[in-house]
Amino acid sequence: MTGLRLGIVLAAVFVASFALAQGGGEKRRSGYQDMGAALQQMQDDDTANPGMLFVQQGAKLWEQRVGAAGKACADCHDAAGASMKGVAARYPAIPHGADKPVDLEGRINLCRVDSQKAAPLPPESQDMLALLAFVSRQSRGLPIAPPDDPRLAAWREQGAEIYARRQGQLNLSCAICHDDNAGKKLAGVTIPQAHPTGYPIYRLEWQGLGSLRRRLRNCLIGIRAEPYPAGAPEYVSLELYLMERAKGMTMEAPGVRP
Amino acid sequence: MANILVNVPKTAKRGDVIEIKALIMHPMETGFRPGPNGRIIPRNIIERFTATWNDTEIFTLEMSPAISANPFVSFFAVATESGKIRLRWTGDQGFAVEEQAAIAVE
Repeated sequence: MTGLRLGIVLAAVFVASFALAQGGGEKRRSGYQDMGAALQQMQDDDTANPGMLFVQQGAKLWEQRVGAAGKACADCHDAAGASMKGVAARYPAIPHGADKPVDLEGRINLCRVDSQKAAPLPPESQDMLALLAFVSRQSRGLPIAPPDDPRLAAWREQGAEIYARRQGQLNLSCAICHDDNAGKKLAGVTIPQAHPTGYPIYRLEWQGLGSLRRRLRNCLIGIRAEPYPAGAPEYVSLELYLMERAKGMTMEAPGVRP
Repeated sequence: MANILVNVPKTAKRGDVIEIKALIMHPMETGFRPGPNGRIIPRNIIERFTATWNDTEIFTLEMSPAISANPFVSFFAVATESGKIRLRWTGDQGFAVEEQAAIAVE
């Protein structure tokens, strides 16, 4: 009897210390953890998070038949709750039969052009953001899980190279702010570690929803570099690298950020 | 159709203070900003938000151009009787949308 009890106590101690080690070992922080309590509540409450308005719109678009094929997303993919679960946590990836990686935006437009026979949605348009938000919402709470595709290595390497490269009039790299000085202040704002856990995000400064691309462009302008042209492969490379860097962190889309 | 998210408790005890939350998608264009062509983008805001509980007005809010896009409104009311809570947003360029929620008061 005492032996059994001791066993249970030891097991409990083991589980507790294991959990502690897991929690303590994680040095990566989502931008969510550096926000104030009010903003965290805003993100967590589905009726206060303005990103959910776009999710609602995206749910309507999911059912809407478009293009020459007269198909809706739902006609191929059924209910998004099951079919789109984990998709946003995986992208960018190389679609079947292609040789270049695309991000989620690119994937949605591939579907539109190939399956729906419709015109691609303009990048960062309201409809694109709504679909992006709706699809990404289905991965909330899941760990970021980039695909194990060896073909992606070269692109990730390019992303890592861009991330570490000094550029712009301020001669800064992504790494200087988001690795070396993360957690310190830039004016009044805490510099985040740049993990793409919440995209697309509703940024209060933007008064709207924005994609990871918009955020990257925003940073490039911030260091006074010339942003890559719309649709440039550099964005996908950077996204690939950032997702790999945040592997295992929890998806929280649509996030709210100041 | 506008995108609206409303949060009203489904049930409440008589005399309870309940919170009603409403979020609506709207650009709240101030009328002071120049567009890409240099011309002023015409003002397009929600001017008024009203809430009625079984056709009795319980809350009104006049909005101004200083209120940000996608305005969120939260207010409190005392639960007195079961029925319908109607929320109505009206504004520039003929904007008028309504959303309702049912509440059961025991």
